[in-house]
Amino acid sequence: MNAELRPIKTAAETALSAAFAAQKAQLPGMASAREAAFKRFEAAGLPHRRVEDWKYTDLRALMREAKPLAPRPDAVALARAKNAGAAFAAVEGRRIVLVDGVFIPELSDLAALEPGLSIRSMALAAGDPAIAERLGHVVATDNVAVALNTAFMADGVVIDVAERAALTRPLHLVAFNSGGAPASVFTRSLATIGKGARAMLIESHEGAPGNDYQVNTALELTVGDEAHVDHVKITGEGAGALHVSSLMVAVGAHARFNEFLFTAGAAVVRNQLFVRFDGEGTVAGIRGATLLNGREHADTTLVADHVAGDCVAREVFKSVLDGESRGVFQGKIIVRPHAQKTDSKMAAHALLLSEEAEADSKPELEIFADDVQCGHGSTAGALDDDLLFYLKARGIPAKEAEALMIQAFVGEAIDGIEHAGLRDTLIDHVAAWLKKRS
Amino acid sequence: MPAVQETVDQVRRIDVDQYKYGFETIIESDKAPKGLNDDTVRFISAKKNEPQWMLDWRLDAYRRWQTMREPNWAKVHYPPIDYQDLYYYSAPKKKDGPKSLDEIDPEILETYRKLGIPLRETEALLGIQRPAGEAADGGENGESGESGYGRRVAVDAVFDSVSVATTFKEELAKVGVLFMPISEALQKHPDLVKQYLGTVVPVTDNFFATLNAAVFSDGSFVYVPPGVRCPMELSTYFRINERNTGQFERTLIIADKGSYVSYLEGCTAPSRDENQLHAAVVELIALDDAEIKYSTIQNWYPGDKNGKGGVYNFVTKRGDCRGARSKISWTQLETGSAITWKYPSCILRGDDSRGEFYSIAISNGHQQVDSGTKMIHLGKNTISRIISKGISAGQSQNTYRGLVSAHRKAKGARNFTNCDSLLIGDKCGAHTVPYIEAKNASAVIEHEATTSKISEATLFYCRQRGLSAEEAVALVVNGFVKDVLQTLPMEFAVEAQKLISVSLEGSVG
Amino acid sequence: MALLEIKNLHVSVDGKQILNGLDLVVENGQVAAIMGPNGSGKSTLAHVLAGKADYEVTQGQVLFDGEDLLALAPDERAAKGVFLAFQYPLEIPGVATMTFLRTALNAQRKKRGQEELSAPDFNRRVFDAAGKLGIERDMLRRGVNVGFSGGEKKRNEVLQMALLEPRLCVLDETDSGLDIDALKVVSEGVNRLRAPNRAFVVITHYQRLLDHIVPDVVHVLSRGRIARTGGKELAHELEAQGYAQYQEAVAS
Repeated sequence: MNAELRPIKTAAETALSAAFAAQKAQLPGMASAREAAFKRFEAAGLPHRRVEDWKYTDLRALMREAKPLAPRPDAVALARAKNAGAAFAAVEGRRIVLVDGVFIPELSDLAALEPGLSIRSMALAAGDPAIAERLGHVVATDNVAVALNTAFMADGVVIDVAERAALTRPLHLVAFNSGGAPASVFTRSLATIGKGARAMLIESHEGAPGNDYQVNTALELTVGDEAHVDHVKITGEGAGALHVSSLMVAVGAHARFNEFLFTAGAAVVRNQLFVRFDGEGTVAGIRGATLLNGREHADTTLVADHVAGDCVAREVFKSVLDGESRGVFQGKIIVRPHAQKTDSKMAAHALLLSEEAEADSKPELEIFADDVQCGHGSTAGALDDDLLFYLKARGIPAKEAEALMIQAFVGEAIDGIEHAGLRDTLIDHVAAWLKKRS
Repeated sequence: MPAVQETVDQVRRIDVDQYKYGFETIIESDKAPKGLNDDTVRFISAKKNEPQWMLDWRLDAYRRWQTMREPNWAKVHYPPIDYQDLYYYSAPKKKDGPKSLDEIDPEILETYRKLGIPLRETEALLGIQRPAGEAADGGENGESGESGYGRRVAVDAVFDSVSVATTFKEELAKVGVLFMPISEALQKHPDLVKQYLGTVVPVTDNFFATLNAAVFSDGSFVYVPPGVRCPMELSTYFRINERNTGQFERTLIIADKGSYVSYLEGCTAPSRDENQLHAAVVELIALDDAEIKYSTIQNWYPGDKNGKGGVYNFVTKRGDCRGARSKISWTQLETGSAITWKYPSCILRGDDSRGEFYSIAISNGHQQVDSGTKMIHLGKNTISRIISKGISAGQSQNTYRGLVSAHRKAKGARNFTNCDSLLIGDKCGAHTVPYIEAKNASAVIEHEATTSKISEATLFYCRQRGLSAEEAVALVVNGFVKDVLQTLPMEFAVEAQKLISVSLEGSVG
Repeated sequence: MALLEIKNLHVSVDGKQILNGLDLVVENGQVAAIMGPNGSGKSTLAHVLAGKADYEVTQGQVLFDGEDLLALAPDERAAKGVFLAFQYPLEIPGVATMTFLRTALNAQRKKRGQEELSAPDFNRRVFDAAGKLGIERDMLRRGVNVGFSGGEKKRNEVLQMALLEPRLCVLDETDSGLDIDALKVVSEGVNRLRAPNRAFVVITHYQRLLDHIVPDVVHVLSRGRIARTGGKELAHELEAQGYAQYQEAVAS
């Protein structure tokens, strides 16, 4: 009944093994790290519900097959990508475009980089020993999804922001799926924000509804001491997509770090977030909003690891679940011995709009220091009938009243985003989702 | 509340290694040979003179157990248990079952006399010898027993593997309440046992429950007939005395339609260096409109200050609110055992049924606690409530683990959960692992958890008013757990309060 | 012999020197006001007298009734009769005020070798003292200071003072956060406790409290020592002129 022997490989596992054997020689750099990571995957297999961290997202069942690795985008693919990221025009960010997992400088806005900012292709940088040394070490993990990413990563970007540099525009990483033959994409990026620097990094993942693809994306982010960094990830993949994302963040002392995960779209989403607080005096806000419909499945798994004390962290996650969708939130706050004066609070709220939707939540505390203030709250329920009635009694039609309440519910998390343009864009996204729903 | 003062005195009197209940009773006992195999199971079954179906049930469990592995997901660590190095059956030697107290080994009575305070079972045991008239008085107006003081408690005392005495049997029989050792129930009411045994905790539920099914030696059986409000508290007293003895008791409580019963379980074990295994199974069944209140005070030997010895407490407790509007309420005060692994749960099957879990879990020294509850909402408009207070001191680790699940058909299900942890000192850990599963939109689930310490400022405030450091901690902790203490039957609340401060002894300074 | 005698007291907190050779004598029956600008060391003095951890006495001594006060644990000082009315009284959830009062009173009595009070005797004393302070019985059943307003918390402090019958009462900014009505109730409560065998050290930033609790002597604390001593009129002078001169006087 417990961890039994590994059963026979699934079709997806077999396909991944074959793909690795056939194509590892063509993958850029990091040969030994890839081998080691693939061994880790082969030993564990695709994570399934008996693996505690994947209890509610059984990847072995959800990922019936592994698509072939995506080919380099051709002219048709690139033409389709011309307007990628246009939905975020109001953000006025510096576009960095990846098409089918490949960094495309011609589509990216690399002119007049601010002093101290460098942007490189991961495919080219992976051969650089200095990069190889950093990769996989920002927040080391034996997570199988990350191991798969390490084994197969084809491209991505390496972003460096020098000490004290202040970027005037957000960096906007657009990961675009061009919709060719069914394919899988593995991207890996590395962003290092120096001491006292200021940067905002937006990632948006998009693809057309009919596209058949799988994404495994990973970002390692280092937030230097006294730096102020915002990272916002928008998962707006096409309806057929399977999207697995891992974000590893190491935060220095006296820093400010804001994270936001916006998820609407894709058949299956797993957003993993490993944040480690390495220095004292840091203030962090980690938030997210998930909107699901149909048979969509989205999982947000967060580990906030307080190694150093005296940090303040606030985590707020909201999910709105309609149709037969399933929303999963797993959040763990760890306070290591000596991380005294940690103030970390987590809230996860799910709104169920249909009888068939399901919300699973597992907020954990693991506390090894006594002088801390930690807590979590989690709720699940439907819209408040009394409030709905009140709005209707004031003449607001039912659907509008509902929409209003849903917007307010999600808004509580979105309000944590400092960038006004992005905030407005995401509020528009919510409005669009609601419109599509009705 | 004078108990606070008593608490405070208690702290002062008792040294950390002076586990109050750690005396050993030297009596002759009748043991099964060490180790576990088909023959051990047959031996136990034969000793109990069990019907064939019961033996078959046990052997089936034993066969299944051999294919299972010990669970390892809890946040507890211990060296591997050698299941062949244990005695699975130990009974105080006797000729026949006791018919009166006179037949019980005086050493055992002396043991209970010494244990007297926490459960007053000495008084209760003596109750057998009270004139019948006195007992009858209480029987006629059971309601008046609510006044608290002088309220009588019927006790079934389990010593190592067997029940040694059950009190107030006749009085209970008058209202039709069956309260007896489960071994006796198997003889006298085999159909009732057969109908309900293993229906809440199936034979193959988990490693320890399956082991229990194979080798359980005794435990209590309660049946409350329709419409009967049990006139007194029922209580079982468990004590592990023999060296290297596993205690595997099995409790089965059935509250038939519209009935009510309050049941209290208390446990102790002498201090020993070896770890003693305790793997009990408790099954509760509440039919329509019935209510069962189950309280536990667990103070098995926690090991010495170096973490040596102590009881491994791996227990499966589950209640089935089988009927509409039924109610099951668990209250537990966990202060003992080296390792505690238990999740008293409720299956809320009947519509409008209700489950409650109130827990205080205190760990000190090197204790490890992984405890909590499961509330499985299956019926419509089912309600559950969880209040958990964890206190970690010394070098202990204290985990709350809980599941609240509202199934598709559990329309209108509601849960409220509050789990608070308090840390005393910087070498211990407090963890919270809740699982929350909402599978229908009309369910409302609310969960909140906090972790904090007793602030230096609060302690200073108390000390400025004249309290010593330990008195101050005891006072603040008693305040912290107040919500749960209030759910214990009155006469046990005071004892519970004492136990709390004793358990925290040595946690400050 | 003076009730309280502080000689050349030097105290630092986190390595920062707060009290710099403070000398102070408080006689039995005396009400001594300690006034001074923010950061002059007023609250430090209160906390050192009560024995709060993290206050390091680097030099000097404090004699209470001729005995070395600094050698005693906080609860021992309390049993000897030192009472601190906190500027910010703490909340203790789940512990009824009644329980707290009884536990404290009996702990002190025991340390002094006295009998514990019987329940009726104790109740009578509490209800009597509470009545005078306008404290409802319902409040006594609630957790200590939990959900109390600022005024209720301060009244609760005075109730404890009345019940524990200390010999030295140190009032740390008792007027902070009180409106005029609450200030009156609290002051009257304190005034009722004035007695020949009981002294008060009233620490305050403002003169207004001293209109209600009229001091026998006023000390001005500045830069960690007593800069000036005078009668009650000194308080009015400070109110009119502010503390500027004391900040400069020591600085120069």
